[in-house]
Amino acid sequence: MNLLKTLHLALRSLLRNKVRTGLTMLGIVIGISSVIAMVAMGQGASMMIQDQLSTMGRNIVMVFPGAASSGGFSFGGGSSTTLTSEDGAAAAGLGSVRAVAPVVRTRAQIIAGGQNWVPQSMMGTSPEFLDVRDWAMDEGGFFTETDVASSAKVCVLGRTTADTLFPGETAVQQTIRIKNFPFRVLGVLARKGTSAMGQDQDDVVLAPWTTVKKTLQGSAFSNVDQLLVSAKSDVEAASAELTSLLRQRHRIREGDDSDFRILTMDEMASTVTQTSRVMTLLLAMIASISLVVGGIGIMNIMLVSVVERTREIGLRMAVGARRRDILMQFLMEATAISVAAGVIGMVLGSAAAWVISGTLKWPTLISPASIGIAFAFSCAVGIFFGFYPALRASRMDPIEALRYE
Amino acid sequence: MTAQISLRNVGKIYHLGEVDIRPLQDVSLDIGAGEFVAIMGASGSGKTTLMNVIGCMDRPTEGRYLLEGTEVSTLSGDELARVRNRKFGFVFQSFNLLARTAALENVELPLLYWNDLPGRERRKRAEAALARVGLSDRMGHHPSQLSGGQQQRVAIARALVNEPAIVLADEPTGNLDSASEREIVALLHELNAAGITVVLVTHNPEIGAHAKRLIRIRDGRIVEGA
Ligand SMILES: Nc1ncnc2c1ncn2[C@@H]1O[C@H](COP(=O)(O)OP(=O)(O)OP(=O)(O)O)[C@@H](O)[C@H]1O
Ligand SMILES: [Mg+2]
Repeated sequence: MNLLKTLHLALRSLLRNKVRTGLTMLGIVIGISSVIAMVAMGQGASMMIQDQLSTMGRNIVMVFPGAASSGGFSFGGGSSTTLTSEDGAAAAGLGSVRAVAPVVRTRAQIIAGGQNWVPQSMMGTSPEFLDVRDWAMDEGGFFTETDVASSAKVCVLGRTTADTLFPGETAVQQTIRIKNFPFRVLGVLARKGTSAMGQDQDDVVLAPWTTVKKTLQGSAFSNVDQLLVSAKSDVEAASAELTSLLRQRHRIREGDDSDFRILTMDEMASTVTQTSRVMTLLLAMIASISLVVGGIGIMNIMLVSVVERTREIGLRMAVGARRRDILMQFLMEATAISVAAGVIGMVLGSAAAWVISGTLKWPTLISPASIGIAFAFSCAVGIFFGFYPALRASRMDPIEALRYE
Repeated sequence: MTAQISLRNVGKIYHLGEVDIRPLQDVSLDIGAGEFVAIMGASGSGKTTLMNVIGCMDRPTEGRYLLEGTEVSTLSGDELARVRNRKFGFVFQSFNLLARTAALENVELPLLYWNDLPGRERRKRAEAALARVGLSDRMGHHPSQLSGGQQQRVAIARALVNEPAIVLADEPTGNLDSASEREIVALLHELNAAGITVVLVTHNPEIGAHAKRLIRIRDGRIVEGA
C-alpha cells in the first residue's frame, strides 16, 4: 500500500470519529499555538532591539579608555585618561577605517529664553560624528573643523531638545546658555528615535569636543571618553587594526593588558539580545511541555482505538494487509492528527501573536523557521507517540483478532 | 494433476502450559478446483482450525500444504498475506464489516492491498461485486442500516471483489434466520457454478446434504469424505 492510499485511509477513519479526533488534537493545538506565540513575541523583541541598535550607525566600533573588565562593558567609559584625539586621528588613517569621531561626555544645565533643561546626553565631538553615526540634519548645519580647532561656542541640538527649548519656533541661530556660556545653535539633527537602552537619542546637545573639554570641563588635557569608529566593511579587521595601532601608540608590551577596550556593534547586539533569546528559549520550553502532554493524549487515544478496532485489524490482515500496512495505517492516523493539530496551532498562535502585538504594543515576528520547526515538531510528536500503539496493532495475530469480542 | 488444495498429514498443536491441544491431527485432504465442500462436525472438533490452515491464516505445525502445487507452510507472513489477498475470499459468521462505513467501501477493502488500482477502478469492481450479490441499491448504506442477510451478502461481495479461486465460509449463516440462510447458501452455489471453489462450514445437515461433497470431522480428524 502506498503512502497516499494510507493517508486517505487514515483520514477516512479519523473523520468517522470527529469529536474524538477533535479532542485528541486539542493538546497539540494548544502546545503548537503557545510555542508559536511565545517565539513570535521573543523574536519580535529581539528584532526591535536589533533595529534600535542599527540606529547607532553602520559597522560601528567603539574604543573606550581603561582596561577591559571581565564583567561586560559600560558606556560611561573608564577613569583612565589614556585615549586621546590624536589616537583618533591616527586611527582614521587605518586601511579598514572609514571615519573616526572622538566623543567627550558631560552633563550640564541649559538655559534658553525662560526654559531650563538638562538633556539626557551632552557630547563633544567632531564633524565626522554625523558620518559615523549615519545621522542627518533636519535644519541648519553642523559645526566644522575650524570650530573644533578654535573651540568655538557653537552647538547642534537633537530634535527633542530643540522642540523643548524652542517650542513653535526654529532653534537655528538662537543662543542657548550652557553653564552660563552662550552657545550659538547651528542646526537641528533629524529624529533618530529610542536607543536599544531605552534612551531618547534625540534629547542631545552636540558641541566641538575641544569646547566641551576646555570651556565646560575646564580641562587642559586632550583625552577623550570614547572614539566612535566606523569600519569600511570588515568590523573584525578594523577592530584588529585598531588594537594593534593603539597598543603600539600606547607602548604596551607583548603580553601586557591593553589600556583600552574595543567593542563592536555585533558584540553589543549579542549582549543585548542574549537576555531576550534566553527568555524566548525558556518560554518555548515551557510551551513545549504542553506538546508532550498533547502527544501522550494522542498515544492514549490511539491505544484505545487499536483495542476497539481489533476486529478491523484482524479483517484487514485476513484480506491481505501486511503487518507493515497496519503499522503504517495507525502511524499515519496519529501523525495526521498531530499535523492537522499543528497546522491549526500555527494559525491560532499567529493570530494570538497578532492580537498581542496589537493590544500590548509588543512587536512580534513569526519567522518561517519557527513555522517550520513547529511543523516538524508536530510531525515528530505524532510519529513518536503513535508508534507504540501502531506497533501493537501490527503485532496482532489475525486469528485472535478476528475472534475478539 | 495435483488438486487445488492438498493437505498431507497436517497437524496443529497448541502448547498450553503442561497440556498439548491438538485441534488437527494427521489430516490429509484434497480439494479440486470448482468443488463445493461442506465441513461438518461438533463444536470444538477443529473445523475453524482447518479453515484457517486452508485459508493461509494459520500455519500447520506438522505436515505439508500444497496450494495449487506450491508449498505454503513455509511461506513468510507477508507472502501468506499476499496468498490470502489473491487466492481466497473469506466469509465469517459475524460478517466483520467495518461499522459506520458504506457497503461499497467495505467491499473495496481487499483491493487496497497488493495492487495499485486507481480509486475509480476499485470503485467499479466493488460496484460489480455488490451487483453480483444483488445489492446495487444499497451501496451507500452502512452495516447498521442493513439486515443480517444483507450484511452477509456485502461480506460475500467483499470476498468476491478480488476474483478469488476459493471462497472459505465458516458458518456464514450461523447468525441468520432460515430465509436468509437459504439466500446465502443459494448465492454460494451460484458462485460455485461460476467456477469458484467453495468450502463451507455448517451445522445444518440439510445444507451439508446439498453440497457436492461432505467432510465430517471429529476431534481433529477427518472421519468422512477425505
Ligand atoms: N489459539 C488456541 N489455543 C489453544 N487452543 C485452541 C486455540 N484455537 C483453537 N483451540 C482449540 O482447538 C479446538 C478446535 O477449535 P475450533 O475453533 O477449530 O473448533 P470448531 O470446530 O470451529 O468449533 P465451533 O463449531 O464451535 O466453531 C478447540 O478445542 C479449541 O479450544
Ligand atoms: Mg468454528
